Amino acid sequence: MSVSLVYTAAGIILFLLGTYGLVAYAHLLRKILAANIMGSGVFMVFIAVAGRTPGAPDPVPHAMVLTGIVVTVAFTSVALALAVRIARTSNRAHLPGRDEEQR
Amino acid sequence: MTPGLLLLFDLLLPAVLLWLAWRSLTSSDLFRAVILFIAFSLLLALAWVRMEAPDVALAEAAIGAGVTGALLLVALARIESAAGRRLSPSARWRSAALVLTGTALLAAAAGLLWSLRLLPTMPGGLGPLVDRHLAESGVDHPVTAVLLNFRGYDTLLEVGVLLLAAIAIWCLDEAVPFLQQPLESQLLTGFNRMMLPILLLSSGYLLWLGSHAPGGAFQAASLLAAGMLLALFSGASLPAQWSGLPLRLLLVLGFFAFLAAAIIGPLTGRALLHYPPAWEKPLILLVEWLLTLSIALILTAAVIGGRPTGSRLYPPPSSPSAEGRRQ
Amino acid sequence: MDPRDILSIVFLLAAAPFFLAGTIGLLRFPDVFCRLHALTKADNLGLGLIVIGLALQADTWLQSARLLLIWLLVMLSGATVAHLIARTALRAGRKPWSGRS
Repeated sequence: MSVSLVYTAAGIILFLLGTYGLVAYAHLLRKILAANIMGSGVFMVFIAVAGRTPGAPDPVPHAMVLTGIVVTVAFTSVALALAVRIARTSNRAHLPGRDEEQR
Repeated sequence: MTPGLLLLFDLLLPAVLLWLAWRSLTSSDLFRAVILFIAFSLLLALAWVRMEAPDVALAEAAIGAGVTGALLLVALARIESAAGRRLSPSARWRSAALVLTGTALLAAAAGLLWSLRLLPTMPGGLGPLVDRHLAESGVDHPVTAVLLNFRGYDTLLEVGVLLLAAIAIWCLDEAVPFLQQPLESQLLTGFNRMMLPILLLSSGYLLWLGSHAPGGAFQAASLLAAGMLLALFSGASLPAQWSGLPLRLLLVLGFFAFLAAAIIGPLTGRALLHYPPAWEKPLILLVEWLLTLSIALILTAAVIGGRPTGSRLYPPPSSPSAEGRRQ
Repeated sequence: MDPRDILSIVFLLAAAPFFLAGTIGLLRFPDVFCRLHALTKADNLGLGLIVIGLALQADTWLQSARLLLIWLLVMLSGATVAHLIARTALRAGRKPWSGRS
């Protein structure tokens, strides 16, 4: 139980680190990294909860996290393609809006 | 191992994971951030092993660290060649983000710990239920049974998501070379000669293993994709007559084979994704083989990052012996 | 204690200094070529000793053989990647550190 609790707590903190990174940085690649870290935090809570009881862990959350990892790579690839397109079209790696605010 | 040492490991591993995630988010050099993220994913795989989730660990190492790492490195090179290396952090958002995540921390931790108390504490969760019905699923490994039979619709839609991702990427841009020329080197050629068959073999092995042990279509597909990328980086290219319709057909083959297997159920008076008894094993295996091929192609297409423009990924070399000229 | 366990512990402990040295080298060495040199030591010898230590604990010969295969594959890819990184660095105009910096 205590081990499960440690990893649950780590998962929550990972999610929050990711949320912070997503909001605090303007660079698109950093935002994508942050979203990935948020996802890892969610997976960690899932797996930690699946293994919180003694005995063999629950296979259903494992299968769902597997699905989650694949969906994560799918959204990461589309987000990166969009970021590359934005960088190539506008010569900057962040969204407009931030620029105007800083000026 | 003594409980004390194991506890030390259980405190050290999450601490290192959190530190890597933090450094990856805050380090000023993006290349470093990406490398730290890959290290984070690899250690995350170790955490999955520790939490007795070997299937997830395999997928994390292959897809989370491997494919995502390749995606990030390729995208970083392209972004920096277009937008330069300058960073654009905005400090005024940071305090807001800190307050936001600080508040969320308290709320999330309280809510989650509260809901953990409310969860039923039957040992193994749905594990015993899965074990009871394992014989009906056609495979012997619980996670594969859940993925391709009990919760097959999750996996079907997941492959649909992957396919949509590939289509979106192809709509966004044409593939542009991210290396000025392929990594020609005699050592790499020799390495490929040994490694490509091994990657093909171990991909097939992982796929076969999936029916009774950790492994399966997604892990096998990422190994296959690694092989394809290795070949492409070393200058291999898809013949022109293959990069049109045949490539697109192979890309969608897995999804539609799965869909066809799924509607056998309704056609024979069962529910969607209910395979006819005695046909489960061959159907699951066939679907897994085709899925592996399609997913590998989709992952490769995602790293290349654009629709194929012609027969070659690289501009044709100006002279046949670029290697010799440079040395 | 089983003599097999003792042998395993000896091999695993022998591997640790290689990884420690490799990591220190990676962090402290002056240029990319020196760092590659430090890194490959950890990869080849350190991992080899760990694999031997673990192979002793395996239940079947097949498991031990698979562990050894992993070591061979890591050495193969480590050597190739080190070569590619070093070559790319050289072509990008990095001069190897000569001790006079």
